[in-house]
Amino acid sequence: MNEPIIELRNISKSFGSVLALSGVNLHVNDHEVLGLLGDNGAGKSTLIKIISGVHAPDSGEIYVRGQLQKKWDVNIARECGIETVYQDRALAEQQSITRNIFMGREKSGFLGFLDLRKERNEAEELMRNIGFTSRVFSPDSVVFTLSGGERQGVAIVRALHFKAELIILDEPTTALSLTESEKVFNFVAHARDGGASCVFISHNIYHSYDISDRFVVLDRGQTLLETDKSQITADELVKSMQDIARSGHAK
Amino acid sequence: MSTTEKTPRPAALPDQRTSKILVKFMRNNRRPLSALVFFVVLIAIFIAANPPLFLNSLIYNAVFVSLPISITLVVPLVFIVTAGEIDLSFPSVVGICAWAFAAGIRANWPPMLCVLAALAVGAAAGLVNGFLITRVKLSSLVATLGMNFLLRGLIHIGNQGYGITVSQLRDTPFFNFFVGDLSGFPVQMIWGILFAAVGWLLFSRHRFGAQVAVVGDNQDSAREMGINVNRVKTAAYVYMGLAAAMAGLFSTLINSTFYPTTGDGYLLSVLAAVFVGGTPTWGGAGTVVGGVIGAFVVGFIETGIIASGLTGYYTQFFYGLIIILSLISHRFNQGRFRY
Repeated sequence: MNEPIIELRNISKSFGSVLALSGVNLHVNDHEVLGLLGDNGAGKSTLIKIISGVHAPDSGEIYVRGQLQKKWDVNIARECGIETVYQDRALAEQQSITRNIFMGREKSGFLGFLDLRKERNEAEELMRNIGFTSRVFSPDSVVFTLSGGERQGVAIVRALHFKAELIILDEPTTALSLTESEKVFNFVAHARDGGASCVFISHNIYHSYDISDRFVVLDRGQTLLETDKSQITADELVKSMQDIARSGHAK
Repeated sequence: MSTTEKTPRPAALPDQRTSKILVKFMRNNRRPLSALVFFVVLIAIFIAANPPLFLNSLIYNAVFVSLPISITLVVPLVFIVTAGEIDLSFPSVVGICAWAFAAGIRANWPPMLCVLAALAVGAAAGLVNGFLITRVKLSSLVATLGMNFLLRGLIHIGNQGYGITVSQLRDTPFFNFFVGDLSGFPVQMIWGILFAAVGWLLFSRHRFGAQVAVVGDNQDSAREMGINVNRVKTAAYVYMGLAAAMAGLFSTLINSTFYPTTGDGYLLSVLAAVFVGGTPTWGGAGTVVGGVIGAFVVGFIETGIIASGLTGYYTQFFYGLIIILSLISHRFNQGRFRY
């Protein structure tokens, strides 16, 4: 069996006096969708920001395909094929769709000058692929003018573009309509069928149960439950999460 | 809902297509265009007020003597404002760079070496600003205000009120290269336009400009997408410092003297030029071309008012009036109003 795409060992992180994560272990295998569950404030977003390189852990180790990573930041994580769709979507509202897709990874040639035509063409193709066929907007449209679902689409298109091996989606369905959420689920299934793995973060089990293969429940900075979908029904999962929330540990 | 039949769309006629391109161009360049209209109206009023003067190239060449200083300063300031920050220290950076240049000339250094010294001092000032803002995390408004006093204070302590003459440079090839005269047209204006053109390329066609806009738009997003926010901001301040050094060089050469007050008068007029040009105050958007047009507007106000027959007492009043009117015109020309 292959080494996990990424493995975190004994990760801790605190912000000032707040201990956000204490000794978390987590791994993601090939071709799986990992449902990362937990109540608000459980440490889910902190954990994924450590995986994506935005935050550096205070202690603990990160392995990519079995290799210990001594340096870890956003750009290294991306080079390892890890893309993240953040809860806040990480968009720049006054910029065009094209500029948002390529931000931080601009297509530039001679002396850092931009290849605007190439960026625009690739953006257009990506938008078509994900079903952004509306006449109303073009790659030049400013993100400010898009709806919530369309913005999520831009964030997802961006993650998709760079041939990710692992796509992390942080609460991707929050504030989306039912049909828009359905599109996100289709996207996750599509990405898995294409050979990628996903981490799907949610505090609503019914959102992530159907598409996930495995679940990890995080509570107060610790992983308290880890289980395959075959071992547990959605209702049992809800029940054990409620137990965890009440008692602070798994039964 | 609609019962209209589907008819094949007719191919756009050539003039239809041009008008479409024109509309798109106007929409994409709304801010600089509105600044340009403002400038044209202003000049039209001046011409109406005093035709013989304003239909003669003399008055334009007179303004063009010192206008390049404002142009050189306004371009990087657009970057800084777009990055969501501000710089109030550039007048003193101009001064301290001019001092470095003049002191080098007095010590009989080769003039080009003195230019390099001025550029180095400007870059260092930019690094200090960047450090205070990104590492010490001071507000740029207050940090650069402090730097403005601090550097001006250093100039005064070091010079005790005396200037340094560089009149020995007059009419040397070095002098003519930077601030010579092409049958009445000041050479420095060519440098100013070149500087602005490079600034426009950096802003609109280069990673640096793209990242400046994203950083000013949403720092957290920029960070999450792997942009080194601190480095981008510091680079913008270093750019400002290098430009201030060029401005100090022009100012010293034009006056043949370094004054301890060199650069002082540019604070408010250059800031005004940025906003008159259509760069909004909130970061994430900006226009270099607009900023340059803003520098033209501001540069012509004083000359125009006096040439129109009003006394100098009126200049500040009209200065303020014109700035406010131009901001109102941008306000109503934003398309969709932000928040």
